[in-house]
Amino acid sequence: MENTSKISIVNLNVAAGKTQILKNINIEIPKNKITVILGPSGCGKTTLLKCLNRLTDLYPELKVSGKVMIDGNDVLEAKEDIYQLRQHMGLLSQRPYPLPMNIYNNVAYALKLKGVKKRRDLHKQVVSYLQQANLWEEVKYRMREPASNLSIGQQQRLCLARGLAVSPDIILADEPTSALDPISSQSIEEKFVELKKDYTIVLVTHVLRQAKRIADYVVFMYLGEVIEQGTNFMIFENPKMEKTKQYLGGTFN
Amino acid sequence: MKRSRKIEEAIFKVLMVFSTYFILLILALIIYSIFEKGIKAISWEMISQIPSGGYYYGKGGGILNAILGSLSLAFGATFLAFIIGLPVALYMNVFLVQKKKLVGVIRFILDLVWGIPSIVYGAFGFSMMIFLGIQTSLLAGMLTVTLFILPIMIRSMDEILRTIPVGLMEASYSLGSNKSEVAFKIFTRQSFSGIITAILLSFGRAIGDAASVLFTAGYTDNLPNSLMEPVATLPLSIFFQLASPVPEVQNRAYASALILTLIILIVSLFSRGLGKRYHKTKINF
Repeated sequence: MENTSKISIVNLNVAAGKTQILKNINIEIPKNKITVILGPSGCGKTTLLKCLNRLTDLYPELKVSGKVMIDGNDVLEAKEDIYQLRQHMGLLSQRPYPLPMNIYNNVAYALKLKGVKKRRDLHKQVVSYLQQANLWEEVKYRMREPASNLSIGQQQRLCLARGLAVSPDIILADEPTSALDPISSQSIEEKFVELKKDYTIVLVTHVLRQAKRIADYVVFMYLGEVIEQGTNFMIFENPKMEKTKQYLGGTFN
Repeated sequence: MKRSRKIEEAIFKVLMVFSTYFILLILALIIYSIFEKGIKAISWEMISQIPSGGYYYGKGGGILNAILGSLSLAFGATFLAFIIGLPVALYMNVFLVQKKKLVGVIRFILDLVWGIPSIVYGAFGFSMMIFLGIQTSLLAGMLTVTLFILPIMIRSMDEILRTIPVGLMEASYSLGSNKSEVAFKIFTRQSFSGIITAILLSFGRAIGDAASVLFTAGYTDNLPNSLMEPVATLPLSIFFQLASPVPEVQNRAYASALILTLIILIVSLFSRGLGKRYHKTKINF
């Protein structure tokens, strides 16, 4: 596993003013696996995710130090095209944020950013990404409708299609099912399991059962620190740290 | 305890209902008085002709000069303010999003200049005209009104852009958009109807203000035919007619006010329609 790590986070520290949000984070994220970052709300999971694609740049109050190596390149050092760098990672956020355009253009926008120009290519790829996100059948006659007309579950799958359309090799998902009903959640989860053969997936969640269902590798965080990390089996069946045991056992406070 | 809460509720309800209907009544009265006096004087002649000699003493003619003057001045100024204002508002909300303090200062300054009375803008415009050696003209009036409505334009767009959720911004960046794509492709679309409202608000101020055009656009009985010549405007036309001792001419002032009101009504209905239509189809441009 170690020799196929996709992302290595080394001594990552994030502070907002005097508050330390992330403390000395060291994680190896394996390639083509689902890595779940687990922990209670406010433990820094989302911030960690935003460090990976440098969305932290949008928040000047955050001071980031350390290394985030993706395929051997330090993302935090990258001075050159940050916009292109972000295209290596598709982001799925807690709530879907469809772009203020019609359904077709939500996916086409991402494709155009990637440089797809020809009308026919655009159309073909829009259809293919919508199919990949299991949305095509539901929207094939509604392509010109505003994306906001879709249900939340459909919007989240549209965001997935849009995220895949920039052809990333990593998918970052920040509690992507927290606003969804059980059926939509299940469909997203199944999708992730299917997608991991092509993508490295980093999923942030506080839902234990979700983590247990789909994680290959689990990182348990608490108050900005990594308490324990290991394979699904190691964490769920044989946790070593007291905090992890408590969290998994539901006796956490 | 329960009883006092009920009484409190009743008092506040009465207060809210009363204030609402009071305001509506006042508005209705204003519109009624404009209609009541204006409708007698309004005629096809009034909106299709320019003042003939002695118009202000009760003789024939109309206020086409002021209608066209006001329209060209207000449309021109609104257009200029939009062209300048939209980039400023986008710059504040996309490019300066990391510099919250600076944006705060800019907002404060804009709010401050929003509050400056329009006569001061008129005076400033006038002194600039002297400095540059320009006479009272459509151009001078337009530029002065542009300055005057710019803070309104920028701040109203800014308020709309501010409400765009951070999540949408993050989503746009995570797809690899750069800042100008986020600004012009995402933010302007997301706030399209709000931008229309900002334009409308500015247009209303532009066409309704008398003080800023008094020294700068001047007044004339001729139709506007050049940027460099004075133009008539409706608010000033109303002022001059109202100042006449002849009751008939005073009624014409109300008719002019009616015309001004109708212009604003038509423009706002039109732009509302535009905003709604856009909302329905969310277009493919």
